This record gives sequence, structure tokens and C-alpha cells, in this order.
Amino acid sequence: KTTMSNDATSRLAQIKHKILVLSGKGGVGKSTVSSQLALILHSLGKKVGILDVDLCGPSIPHILGLGDKSVFSGSEGKWIPVYTDDTKTLGVMSIGFLLDSKDSAVVWRGPRKTAIIKQFVEDVAWGELDYLVIDTPPGTSDEHITVCESLAKYNPDGAVIVTTPQNVSIADVRKEITFCKKIGLPILGVVENMSGFVCPHCAECTNIFSTGGGEAMAKELDIPFIGRIPIDPLIGSACEAGKSFIEANKASSSLDALRNFAANYPQPSHATLESSTDKMSE
Amino acid sequence: MAPAPEHCPGTESEQAGKADACQGCPNQQICATAPKGPDPDLPQIKERLSSIKHKILVLSGKGGVGKSTFSSQLSFALAEMNRQVGLLDIDICGPSIPKITGVEGESLHESNLGWEPVYSPAYDNLAIMSIGFLLKDPDEAVIWRGPKKNGLIKQFLRDVYWDQLDFLVVDTPPGTSDEHLSITQYLKAGGIDGAVVVTTPQEVALLDVRKEINFCKKVGIPVLGVVENMAGFVCPNCRGETRIFAPTTGGAAKMCQEMNVPLLGSIPLDPLIARSCDEGKSYLQQAPQSPTTQALKAVFEKIVAAVEKTQI
Repeated sequence: KTTMSNDATSRLAQIKHKILVLSGKGGVGKSTVSSQLALILHSLGKKVGILDVDLCGPSIPHILGLGDKSVFSGSEGKWIPVYTDDTKTLGVMSIGFLLDSKDSAVVWRGPRKTAIIKQFVEDVAWGELDYLVIDTPPGTSDEHITVCESLAKYNPDGAVIVTTPQNVSIADVRKEITFCKKIGLPILGVVENMSGFVCPHCAECTNIFSTGGGEAMAKELDIPFIGRIPIDPLIGSACEAGKSFIEANKASSSLDALRNFAANYPQPSHATLESSTDKMSE
Repeated sequence: MAPAPEHCPGTESEQAGKADACQGCPNQQICATAPKGPDPDLPQIKERLSSIKHKILVLSGKGGVGKSTFSSQLSFALAEMNRQVGLLDIDICGPSIPKITGVEGESLHESNLGWEPVYSPAYDNLAIMSIGFLLKDPDEAVIWRGPKKNGLIKQFLRDVYWDQLDFLVVDTPPGTSDEHLSITQYLKAGGIDGAVVVTTPQEVALLDVRKEINFCKKVGIPVLGVVENMAGFVCPNCRGETRIFAPTTGGAAKMCQEMNVPLLGSIPLDPLIARSCDEGKSYLQQAPQSPTTQALKAVFEKIVAAVEKTQI
């Protein structure tokens, strides 16, 4: 067992930056932000991996255009990521690659989810990576506890928190921030997604899901604000088609918040939230 | 080499710890050696459920498609139709129902009859229960693993005094995991009328929703139908239509055809919905003439007709 954990340690030591993408609220754009951030970093010449720990609703394979791929194991039984092309500079691991059919439901209770997430964290042969972006499901449960506990000893950089502007989302996201505080996970910043819709017919902006809530929350909790992403149907269609938004829409400013974040990462150190010395409660 | 995921039989099943699917699960030893036998809480749960005529689950698989929005507006509509309604929020990590129904900040009270649900200020025939009422601080994170979440869901069903209800609407979190297995397991004793599955039009959502429909089929929950939410936006300024979440693979209509489940309706986006939910007001009351309200009401009528025509 010591050899195994030494192997995992050396595997994860080859990954320079580990960034979790969290929310608490479902459907705010975690997978969109994870995938597009990974693609942006990749476009800057970085070697990137995306780890999708959403076991019930794994969206990353589809968004990266890898919906029909399966995963293989290499020597020593470690899992090999699915790469987007032969350069092998952008790799993905997801339970999506393990399913017989895309329509199969993964109906697992907590303990089984925990077991596979541990494997996903420790047993994937990523090789050397500049960035590992970890996409998570909504909530503060088994997946989150396990991925954070497993990653803790490998010094993750922290979490990017995604929200939409309205109060119903902010309420869940505040809980997620409490979770991060409790386990001592630094918060790299907040993204306010689906922040306003500019009508393509008349350019009038409608705040379909309200506006400003994410920025106000970041200010109140003294967390960096990464920026806003507007509701842009082209973002959704890039995800649907398995394409990189910035490549397909070079002139668009919709993802500028993520581009600035990626270009300037790591940011000058920001006062991290005090971590509790208590382990999180069950 | 990586094993194909198989299905957990449930910690209380006869097969617990012994099924093929249990190999490799860290809980296997515990499940295999735990004492089996009838669950002592089941009779009490059955009794509580016996005074509830119809039980409807609102599911999705995908997060953020509008389950809580739909559950709450359905509950408001049923209350308007003079039904006795209970709305049970089993989203333990992200309980949105108290905010959306205008009862945020309320606490749970116990009486000799059990846990008293909180009644809507707008409708005294709408009773609500959520973990939200058990949290002292709204920012408090409920960081619980599966077994503890299951325990609370069981308590909700065992201890909440609903009295006589025509409808119990159960709002669920996204996914196909502990909460979904538990609620199905416990409600089955009294019979589940069916599930309403909510989706948005794009393939990224449908991918998850197909899994949810297959989950329903696997565990024997009738699917009353699918609601396609956020289906298009009409600009209030120029009336131009945009499909923000485009149905690149045929949307819910095609999926329903392929999976042989009814499509209950398509609901357009309306900024006023988010605002009403944030303010805890009934959207149906705030915008009674809007196309979205009309679409929602048509879906609600279909659900009531489907459910009430067959008495259990």
C-alpha cells in the first residue's frame, strides 16, 4: 500500500496546478467553465487535464467532443486519460468513458462513489501537467468530501466558484463557500455566469436570471471576483458541438473573464480564507 | 480493466453486500454483516403516507433545469385548485424550496403529532418541509455523506405530520443517487403516482435526463411525462425570439419519442420567474397572463388529470 501511495504522490507531484470548479448549485455552468477554462489554458500552450467527478451526470466528454470514447488502462493498471488529439496535451478522465451506453444511469450510493473518486484522483496516468481542472457535481456531499480529502495532501491551488446571479443560486453557493472554508480550500475567485442576455435582434440586455448577485457576494465575503459571463447562445452551441468556444468565436468577448484569469494565473496572492482546524463534520 | 459500474442493490436489500455489484465497494463488509430484517420505521412511514392520496416526484438528472421552480409553481397551482398540498424538499445540500415559497427563515416545530410542516403564508392548504428549516444559519453547509442524507429523508417521511393531503409533491436534487434511491424505496410502500422529469432543450441536459428516465424505468416509477423548461426566450423589447439553450438534437420532443414517454409541455423563459422565486412569490400570481404561465398551467392540468383519474 505504501508503494501505491508513493506512486500516487509522484503522479500528482507532476501536476503543477490543481484547480477545482465548484458551485453548490446545479446548472450554473460548472462544466462549461471547467471545459472552456481548460481549452483556454491549452490554447496558451499549457498541458492540461480535466477530471470530471460528476458520476451521475458526466458532461465533460460530450462538451469536449469525446462522447463516444472509452477509457483504457495502461501498465500497472493505471488509467490513461482520453486525449483530444495526437499531441496528447489535453486529456480527460470521466465516468462517461466507462459506461456501456450514454443512457445508462449510474445509480450508486455514496460509498461506491467515494471509491471511484479516490481512484480517479490517484490512479490516472496524467504524466506531466501544467493544469488539472476538476469539474464537480452540485452539492456538498460524498463527491466533494472525497475529492477534497483525497487531493488535500497534494496541495490543490484552490477552487473557482461558479454561480448565476439570482438569490436562489447565491444561497447554495454561500454554503459551498462555507464548505471550502471548513476544509481549508483556498478560493481562487467567483465567476458570475449567465449574467445578462443581449438580444441578438435589438441588442437590448435582459437580466433573465437577475444580475450582480455573484459580484456582490464576492465583495461581501472578500473573495476575488473573476468576472461575468453573459448568456451567449454561442457558448451553449460550442459545448453542444464539442468545440472550443474561443476557437470558434475568436472575436467574441463573452469569455474574457476566463481568458484574463487564465492569462494572469497564478494571481498575486490574495488573503485566503481562514481555515478551520476542525475537520468537516458528517 | 476499469469495471463497468453496476447498480447498488441498496444497503437494506437482501442482496446488500452479496450482489456482484458489491465487489469492491468499501461498504461491502458492513452491508454483508449488518442485521437484516424488517425496518422498524416502515410501519410508521406507511401510516403517515396512508393519508396522502397522490405522490408525485419531480426529477431531472441534470442540475439547474427548474425542478424546484416547477415543484413550487405546481404546488401553488394545486393549492389554487383547492387541493390539500404538501411540498417535500429532499435536496439536502441545496434546499431552495423555502426561499421560493416565501418561508425562508422559518423553523421546525415539533408537536405530539410529529414534525409540523411550515404552511405557506399565501395558501393555508400548502404545507412545506425542507432541511432549510433545520438550519440555524442559511450559509451553513450540510456536508453529509449518503447514509446521513438517507437518514434525514427517512425522518421526513416518518416524523412529519402532513395530515390529509390530496397531493405530496417531492422536489429532488439532481442525480441518480442516495436521495433518489431512498425516496423511491420509502414511498413505494404507499405507491408513487409517478415522476415528472424536467429538462432543458440542449443535448448536454438530455444526456443526463435520459439516464434519469432509465432510472425510473429500472426502479418502477411511472413517468407521467417530461417538461421542457427554458425553451426559448422572447425579448421584451423587440419580441424577437432566441433559442438560448438550443435543441441541437431535437430537444425534449425527440427524446420523448425515442424513450416512449409523454411530453407534457415546453415552457419559455421569463425573467420574472427568477425574480418571483427570489422573492418567494408565486410566479403564476405575479404574471397570470404570460405565455409562460399559460404553458405551465397547461402542464399542471395534464398532470392532475393523469393522476386523479386513477384512484389508488
